[in-house]
Amino acid sequence: MNFGDRQGKWVVDEVKVPDACGLSGFINLDGKRIGGEIVRESMSVMRERGNGLGGGYAGYGIYPDFKEHFAFHVMFEDDSGRRICEELLREYTEVEKGEGIPTRQKCEIVDPPILMRYFLLPKREKLESENLEPDDFIVQLVMKINTQVPGSFVFSSGKNMGIFKAVGFPEDVADFYKLESYTGYTWIGHGRFPTNTPGWWGGAHPFNILDWSVVHNGEISSYGINKRYLEMFGYKCTLLTDTEVMAYLFDLLIRRHGLPIEVASKVVAAPFWEEIDQKEEGDKLEESLRMVYGSALVNGPFAVIVGFSRGMFGLNDRVKLRPLVAAVKDETLYVASEEAAIRQICNRPDNIWAPPAGEPVIGRLKGDA
Amino acid sequence: MAELAVDSSNEQSIARIEASGMHYQEINEKVRSLIEQGYLRIVLEGVNGQRYIGDGLTSNVDIVVNGVPGNDLGAFMNGPNIFVNDNAQDAVGNTMNAGKIVIRGHAGDVIGYGMRGGKIFVSGDVGYRVGIHMKSYADQIPVIVSGGRAGDFFGEYMAGGILVLLGIGYENKEVVGTYVGTGMHGGTMYIRGDLKDWQLGREVRVFSIDDEDKGVLLALMEEFSDDTTVDVGNLEISDFLKLKPFSHRPYGDLYVY
Repeated sequence: MNFGDRQGKWVVDEVKVPDACGLSGFINLDGKRIGGEIVRESMSVMRERGNGLGGGYAGYGIYPDFKEHFAFHVMFEDDSGRRICEELLREYTEVEKGEGIPTRQKCEIVDPPILMRYFLLPKREKLESENLEPDDFIVQLVMKINTQVPGSFVFSSGKNMGIFKAVGFPEDVADFYKLESYTGYTWIGHGRFPTNTPGWWGGAHPFNILDWSVVHNGEISSYGINKRYLEMFGYKCTLLTDTEVMAYLFDLLIRRHGLPIEVASKVVAAPFWEEIDQKEEGDKLEESLRMVYGSALVNGPFAVIVGFSRGMFGLNDRVKLRPLVAAVKDETLYVASEEAAIRQICNRPDNIWAPPAGEPVIGRLKGDA
Repeated sequence: MAELAVDSSNEQSIARIEASGMHYQEINEKVRSLIEQGYLRIVLEGVNGQRYIGDGLTSNVDIVVNGVPGNDLGAFMNGPNIFVNDNAQDAVGNTMNAGKIVIRGHAGDVIGYGMRGGKIFVSGDVGYRVGIHMKSYADQIPVIVSGGRAGDFFGEYMAGGILVLLGIGYENKEVVGTYVGTGMHGGTMYIRGDLKDWQLGREVRVFSIDDEDKGVLLALMEEFSDDTTVDVGNLEISDFLKLKPFSHRPYGDLYVY
């Protein structure tokens, strides 16, 4: 596939967008599915963290009837982009089902783009001719649509999961997408406070590629370095928000390079050289990671919650410049920007704590879940 | 509308606000109105995440918070006492000038930012950047005491006041992170536990406890224990380290040349 220049009218400017936002996520480690209204309830106590210019959710386990298919959620500026995109999808994939994403008409969300979802599988002959694994094929297809089809953005491309995002407060976004009609074992929510450029639909969180979803509070000052580094591996940043690089970095480090989450965390939130100097003689892991993955270090303040098909984790930058709280109750792990967001949906956790800077809090589905 | 009931059985005049789901602006309007009506103790029930509670109040009222208050609890406060029967979040006592905040649980990051008077007592742990840029003048000496441990940047840019870490439950473990007192140029820290040189900012040094320190610590620990119910009876004063800046104006010559 070739990458072309994107010409959509939605391009505002080639600048990054730092933000100061609210995050909340939880995972049931038994794989028990919970209604989307619960994450909406959690987000509602952090309204002050956002300003109504972006809200969104990721739900995992929400499409059990199509769990082997890649579920594309796509936003279109108009019908012409939609026609081109659907032509591309028909050319490269078998679309099992294509439909409008159900939305509520009477709500606070105004002027939505055309919102469609497609359950699809890569065409076998295309995989063979491109000599690609299905996951890599899908990444390239997403990049192709996002860079070549005017006014079209694939904002969700994983299996048995989906992203729901819009310009609005998180509670209104949940109402718009009828989040209560879905059940998932992991839910992640985000309320946005964009500070440097206008909020737009594609710039709302979560950011997603395959089954990786990232919600972020902070500002990635290494965006330029990270973006250029990712371009060497075929990732194109098109959504005008710094957080996009995090989704691609975790896909690269964890899926493609096979790093454990704990090690990938040391890449993006690398310890300072002073701390590395305190390590025992012979412990070269952190030093090696800094040397090999210098361009994947994410600088600047961040708290992120990352979802993937079999788990969820929360992570802070290395000096904890953004808040993050974690809690456990029975088989559920909670991570949020504020303790209140957890206590709103889990009044008496077994344990509640503030994770240290740069150390991931990880929840993984149990073996048979 | 929220229910408002006056408990007349108590000698003091107590008012209750059922604050569950109420926006912070409404809570603060009610609190101010009750203070004007002469109530001396206001109990907020069902608080969860509402920001700015008690901000900028100047009277000597007691405010009891049941639930988790939101960020900036007691910011710019100048007199009241706030008692929280739960955990608290970030930026408690931001730039407060007088009064007392007691948290019977743990608290988040940036506690007592730019604080210039009054006291903050936290039963348990505190987060990152606690006591950052505290300052003092004459008898305005702000104090923060935590019963547990603290994260990195404890007392960063501290210019005055007293920070105390009791480290209860962290015996033989790290009671504070790194960059302790980075940029510190005034005030005193007392930390019960061990410290490695590399944890300290360049501007601070460790000193031993003298009789004056002992008096300060004993008085603070007694008051802390009374307010939080945390038992401090078996803590040895000799286990504390004192941290002070060794230069009064570390950047005094920075722009001289």
